[in-house]
Parts: sequence; C-alpha cells; structure tokens
Amino acid sequence: MADTAISHGHDSGHGAHVTSTGLSNNKMAMWMFLGSECLLFGGLISTYMLYKGRVNSGPQPDQIFDIPFTSVSSFVLLMSSLTMVLAVSAAQRKDDRNTNLWLTITALLGAMFVGGQVYEFTAFYREGLGFTTSLFGSSFYTLTGFHGVHVSVGIIMLMALVGMISRNRIPGNKAEAVEMVGLYWHFVDVVWIVIFTLVYLIPA
Amino acid sequence: MAIIERPSSEVAVAGGATVGVKPSEALGVFKRPAASTSWRDWIVTVDHKKLGIMYGVAAFFFFIVGGLEAVLIRLQLIAPDGKVLNADQYNQMFTMHATTMVFLFVMPMAAAFANYFVPLQIGARDVAFPRINAFGFWCFLFGGIFLNTSWFLGGAADGGWFMYAPNSSTLFSPSHGIDFWSMGLQITGIASLTGAINLIVTILNMRAPGMKMMRMPIFTWMVLVVQFLLLFAIPVITVALFLLTFQRSFDATFFDVASGADPLLWQHLFWIFGHPEVYILILPSFGIVSEILPVFSKKPLFGYPIVAMSGAAIGFVGWGVWAHHMFASGLGPVSVTVFSLATMAIAVPTGVKIVNWVMTMWGGKLSFTVPMLFSIALVVQFTIGGLSGVTHAVAPSDTQQTDTYYIVAHFHYVLFGGAIFGLFAGFYYWWPKMFRKQLSESLGRWNFWLMVIGMNMTFGPMHMLGLQGQPRRMAVWTEARAGEGFFNLGFWNRISSIGSLVLSLGVLLFIINIVYTHKSKKVAIAPLDPWDGRTLEWMTDSPPKEHNFDSIPTINNLDEFFHRKYAQDATTHEITQVATAEEVLAEMNAHPDEHIHMPSRSYWPILLALALPVIGYGLIYNRVILAVGVAMIVLTMFGWAMEPSTAADDDFDPPAPGDGGGHTKELAPLG
Amino acid sequence: MSTATEHNTSTEHADGHADEHHGASDKQYIVIALILAALTAIEVSTYYIDFGPLFMPTLFVLMTVKFIVVASYFMHLKFDNKLFSYLFYTGLILAVLVYAGALSTFKFFLQKG
Repeated sequence: MADTAISHGHDSGHGAHVTSTGLSNNKMAMWMFLGSECLLFGGLISTYMLYKGRVNSGPQPDQIFDIPFTSVSSFVLLMSSLTMVLAVSAAQRKDDRNTNLWLTITALLGAMFVGGQVYEFTAFYREGLGFTTSLFGSSFYTLTGFHGVHVSVGIIMLMALVGMISRNRIPGNKAEAVEMVGLYWHFVDVVWIVIFTLVYLIPA
Repeated sequence: MAIIERPSSEVAVAGGATVGVKPSEALGVFKRPAASTSWRDWIVTVDHKKLGIMYGVAAFFFFIVGGLEAVLIRLQLIAPDGKVLNADQYNQMFTMHATTMVFLFVMPMAAAFANYFVPLQIGARDVAFPRINAFGFWCFLFGGIFLNTSWFLGGAADGGWFMYAPNSSTLFSPSHGIDFWSMGLQITGIASLTGAINLIVTILNMRAPGMKMMRMPIFTWMVLVVQFLLLFAIPVITVALFLLTFQRSFDATFFDVASGADPLLWQHLFWIFGHPEVYILILPSFGIVSEILPVFSKKPLFGYPIVAMSGAAIGFVGWGVWAHHMFASGLGPVSVTVFSLATMAIAVPTGVKIVNWVMTMWGGKLSFTVPMLFSIALVVQFTIGGLSGVTHAVAPSDTQQTDTYYIVAHFHYVLFGGAIFGLFAGFYYWWPKMFRKQLSESLGRWNFWLMVIGMNMTFGPMHMLGLQGQPRRMAVWTEARAGEGFFNLGFWNRISSIGSLVLSLGVLLFIINIVYTHKSKKVAIAPLDPWDGRTLEWMTDSPPKEHNFDSIPTINNLDEFFHRKYAQDATTHEITQVATAEEVLAEMNAHPDEHIHMPSRSYWPILLALALPVIGYGLIYNRVILAVGVAMIVLTMFGWAMEPSTAADDDFDPPAPGDGGGHTKELAPLG
Repeated sequence: MSTATEHNTSTEHADGHADEHHGASDKQYIVIALILAALTAIEVSTYYIDFGPLFMPTLFVLMTVKFIVVASYFMHLKFDNKLFSYLFYTGLILAVLVYAGALSTFKFFLQKG
C-alpha cells in the first residue's frame, strides 16, 4: 500500500494514509492534551486574578515584584522556544548532532528560567511573602509553581530525548518525538506569556 | 506478545493458540511479558476488549459497594430516630455513596462499554494508544481502592460529594477522609483524561475505510462527545482538588472566609466541572439506547443526524449552565437569569432526543426483550427526571427545592432511571457479544421489573418528601415532626426505604442471572447475531478475536451490517434478507489481512499507575513514601518511553517449519 | 504526558510518513524570535513609561499577538492541519469564556471599570 492508497469518499479529502484523517495519532493526542491544559492554567490564573488583591498581611504584589529581573527570565524562556524550534527543524533534516545541540541549549535555558524562579521565590520569602501569608501569596505560588513544575518536567523530557537520540533508542519516528516535546515546550512558554502580562505587568 | 496463527477462515475463538515466545532482552529492567494466558495476562494486557471487561468488573464491584452504602442510608431512615448509623457515619455514607456511584461506577462502566465497543463499531483493531488505555484502567482501579481505604484509616470523606467549603476544611472534617477523597479523585481523573485523549484519537483516526463521521454508530458518537467533555472538564476539577489539598495539607486559605477568601470559588470550579460531568454520566447511556431501540423496532434510528448533533449540542451548551447549581448562593439577579435561561435551553436538545426515540419505535415491529425493556424504561424515567430538572431551571422554584429531597429525587431519576438503566440495557444487549452466552430473558424480566418498581418506590416518594421540606443529608427524622395524613414524612420515608430493598433484590437477580447463565448447562451458546444487529460490532465473532476483524471491512452505509444482510427491492421497496450473519462473516474471513501487528503486552502501565496511590499515601502520611512514589514515576516513565509499543520482529519466534506453508499459516505477531 | 511514542496498530508501515518538511526556515524562525523579543521589550516598557489609558489595551494586544505568533509559527499551527488548531483553540476559548463567566459572577470586571 503506497501513498496512492484507496481514497474513500470524496468529501473526506484525506487519502487513506495510516490513519483516517492522515494525521499522526501522537500529534493529535498532544494537541488535545494542550487544549485540556488551557483549562488547568485557566483555573489557576482565575484563582490568582480573584485573589491577587486580597492581602491581609504581608506585601502587596506591586511592592514585591521585580519587573526587570522577571523580564530577563521571561526573555530567556522566550528564546528557549527559538532554540526548540531549531531543534525540531534539525530533527526534520535528520541532523542528529544539531538536534541534540539545540535540545541541550533549550534545556539549559529552561534550567536558567527555573533557577530564576527559585531565586525569585526565595527573595519573596525573605521579603515576607510565604505560601500562607495571604491569599495573594497562596495563589501566586500555586500558579507560578505549577508553571515551574511544567518547565521542570519539560527539562526532564528534553534531557531524556537527548540521551535517547544519542544512543539511538527512540522507538518510531525520531523527528516526531522531538516535535512532540517541542509542542509541550512551546505551550509552557505560551502560558508564561500570559502569566507575565496578567500577573507581573498588570498591578493589582 | 504472543505469536498466534494468522487468522484462518475458521470461525473459532482465538486466544488459545499461543506459542511460547522468548521474552525480549533488549530493553529495560523488566522483560517483556510473554505470557498470554492465565491471570498474568490480565495484568499486562493492552487489549481493549480485556480492558473493557476489567473496567466492567471493577466498576460493578464498586456499584455493589455504593449500593450497600445506599441501603444503609435508607435503613437509617426507615424508622424515626434511626440507630443504624450515627451522624458522623451517616455523613461518610452519603458522601461515599455519591462519590462511588459517580466516579467509580457510572463513569468507568461507560468507559468499559466505550473501550470494548468503540473500536469494534468503527472497524478498528485496537485503540490508538493501547498502553495508555491499560494505564487508564489501572489508575481508575488503584484510585478507587485508594479512595476506599480511607474507611479503614480513620474514616471516609464526609463533606458531601460536592465537598463545599467550609465543611471541607480541617476544622470541620479533621479526619484524613477528604484528603483521600481529593487524592483519589485526582488519580481517577488521570484515568479519565488519558482515556478521553485515547478514545478521541481512536474515533477520529482509526475508522475503517469508508467509515465517515456521519456513518458512525450513535453510541460511538455519544462516546466522542463525552470524551470531549471529559477532556475539558477534568482539568477544572484538578485545579479545584489541588487548591483543596493545598488548603488541607499546606495551610493555604483558598476557601476560608475568615482570611478573606471566597468559598464560592470552590462552587464555581466544582460545578464548571460538575455540570459537564452530568452529561458525561448520561450521554453514554443515551448512546446505548440509541443502538438498542432501532434493533428491536426493526427500523433505522429516526433522524440519525439530529440525534448525533443534539448530542453534540448538549455537550456544548452543557458548559454554560453550571451556576444553576448555585441559585441559592446569592449570585445576583443577572447571573441567575442568564443561567436560568441557558438551563431551559439545554432541555431542547434533550427533548429532541426523546422525540427521536419515540419516533424510532413508532410503527416499528417491537420485540420486548430485556434490553428493549430497559431502554424504554430509560426513555420514560429519564423524561420524568428531565421534567423535574426543568423545574430547577426556574430559579424561584429552585430556591424552594435547593437542598431538599426533591433534588435527590430528580437526580436519581436521571441517573438511575437514565444512566444506570441504559447501562443495564447495554449489559443485556451486548452480553452475547462479549461472553458468547445470552443472559436469561426470564430472569432478566424479573430483574427488570424489580428494578423499575424498586426505583420508583425509592425515589418517587422523595419528590413529596422534598416538597414537604425534608432536607437532604438529614441523618434522622422524628415522629413528632413527621406530620400527619397523606403527606406524613414517616410514611413516605418507609416506602422509600422498602423500595430500596426491592431495588437491591433486582440487582441481586442480575448477579444471579450472570451466574445461572454461565454455570447452567441448559444455556446454549448464543447465535452469532442473536438480535439481528445493525452495526459493525456484530460483524465479527463472539467474543471477537484479539485483532477484532480478520479483514477490515470497507463501509458503504450507516448501519453497515444491516445493509450487508438486507436489501431493498427497488420497485416494491420491500426489504428482504439476502445473507445471514454467518454468511457475511464467512465472506469477510475468506480474505483475511496479512501481517496483523497488534500492540505488545507491557508491565509499564500497571507499574506507573501503582506509583500514584503511593504518592497519595505519601502526601497524607509521610514524605519518605512520597519520595519513593515520585522515584517510581520517573523510573517507570523512562521504562515506558524506551519500550516500543509493538515488539520488534526478532522478539518473536520464527515460524515453525512445515507449518502447513502457504499464506494461510504464516505467522503474524499479535498482542 | 510522557514522550512515549505509540505506533499505529492497523497497518504495517509505521514510518510511512513522507518527510513533509513543513514550517518556516531556520532564518525565518530567528526573525520571528526577534519580533517576539521586540514585542516583549514594548511590554516591559509599560513598566517604565506611562501609557495612560492605553496601558491595559496595549498589554492585552501584545500578549495575544505573542501567543498567536508562537502557536502559529513555532508550534506550526499555521502550517499544519486545521484540526489541530480546532482542538487547541477550542480548549483555549472554552477556558476564557468559562472562567470569565465565573469571574464576572464575582463582579470581578466591575471593580476596576
């Protein structure tokens, strides 16, 4: 069965590839997962938006945010999306060396972002914003913490991918595996674009 | 990962023909499981049919657990000053009854049918992600068990199934029950989410050639809608449960009024999930009934596209009505009006479905088999429940009904009379397909009538109790305040309690029916096509082989199987049978596909799922256990990722020499 | 979830996908990243310069533009099958509508305006 396989029904438009729609199962699953994640982060962001002004004790949001610092770490995460897309592009060219190079850089940029977040959290904590200090504190740490966990999981996935590519242990389509991790990574970046604006740039 | 003979043209049950295989030594700590028989196969299987049966068995077990909880509740209320349970136990009982029935029975039972029949109905060999499918099942099972271990570890959750603040706080519920509840639901939520993604990809991507969306059976359509609801609703409850866990375990104050929080936030998050959840519970049963009514009316479903689209419309509008659960919470007049109107609107597509079912039966040659009886009962009972639901849409009337037994009556009519009757219709309809034997019709009739009578006896009087003002979740009633005359609370409480025993007897008869059917020598093997079915799942053996179809059919019609059996005369429009089911099957099996690669068995799904309750216990009791759980997750994920879903060819034994030769005996790796 | 790659089970050729090299070139990606960086710079400048009544609209427009650019180009939605866009944006739009609805019952949007 070559690519000229039976095309059934003119309206369906998709020549019968391996799947009914001709689209990859993995990719479709990943996009659905990301659609679902929108509701997860939506819930966390809404909780923060509702509670950001509710400070019974401890610092207010605009007293504590360090916009220049967060801008830099936001920029780092944004650039990691560029390196990720370059990795995907290299993988599609079957260029393992460059794929691994860009994946490693992406993981490093991600690690810089998470490191920045750890620094930010400790700084806030020293300035008197604990997890239970106020509703603002609880919802802020919950939201950004969830995002940080997503980034960390992404870093683990990137490192695992590098290891598996260099040992040639990827079952199935290598470029698609890189693309899957890439989609997840970009999504995490896109969520941060929203968080950066709604949480940091718009004061309570 | 067995080698089975490539499908031969004989109509025989596969599965026995297993040859020993050398386990792969290529990957991981664990060798690829090679067993394909015995109990071990159930642990490592990725076969959607086996997983469907496992979902079914586990869900039915929880049905019995939840049912016993309900009986205890009714026994407590059978007489004034009930002594069966104390107030604390009573709170745990109604909380866990609802939680069990919703999350551990109706949802997974629908998942059981979806797993088993969706691939068959669309002409696929398995689901898109078989290992994730297995993972989902184990998450559900372990989550359910984890949730129920709270009974033995200081008491179960006691805040009601929607767990409103402040009752969910540690102040009012100091036991670990609610911690178990929130962690347990997170774990079963993972099962639902992965299952949703899996089934949507399966339905969109793995249809047989010619199986356009508008040729899919209605059950598959309804499953598709339900999985989209789950896909987008589960993350909302995930957020809510995380906030609750952080409040209870890490002293956050998300729902604590004293700290300035808004407890309504929980209600919103819960019901944004909770209302789609209602449709998640009912739509699979609508799908089942839409399969059964045409078969036993000998007519195609009336208005197939309308039934499919009204299902999608219900799924869509279902997102805009959540606040009708909160009319009594002081939302403000604008919100109440908006949600009230949206709620009335959603009755329209539901009503459309009921009209379509009635029109399907209209003028048909009805045969009142047990599955048909349950389906008709669903139409009737759900209509009653739906109408009392519309009375909730009217906000002023809802304010009167909130937190009374009237609400309890309503949702039991839609959930028992709707969802559960649909599932029972499915049991009787699909039993011969899954297990080769037909459940006894005569016992089935007893089962049916006892359940219908019991159900109406139990939940009918609750309308009156509620309108008389009996609040739900009330642990005792007293003679002094029961009133007199026809609307005496005591009398109707007694009727209701007796009804619950009748209902239990009905369910017991179902179990007896199963035992009788499979133990008695008198029950013969069911014919291949016992009901004269219309859809693809009947176009294969009973039970289907591991690879479902020897050759994947090409679909030319809605109700393809019917069209292969019957033809319409062009001039007289008379429909005549042109082939029997056996002939259709024999024709399909005459040209079996070569090289059927089925996904291989794997240990990783169960191991990964096993890590989740470990994390749950760790969060509740001990950080060391937590660390162990996290380590288990990371390790098993790596193991999983490194294992190809289909074993490499060198994992299989070469074909035995002199094995008949020719293409009919060629070996293909399967399972 | 995981990086697990599952094969399609129905037919034999798993890597039958032609290497359709879709998407932009590496150079274009770099240009897009520079545009995104510039937009971020404008965003951050709202912290230093007073935009007056344009403050909120500017931020919202920039956020949306950045979001869509990353989704369309880096995530290939623009080049890929529309179905992926439908799946993702359904979730996104549903999230916005549902949560905006919930927040509006708290009079969240009134307390500012």
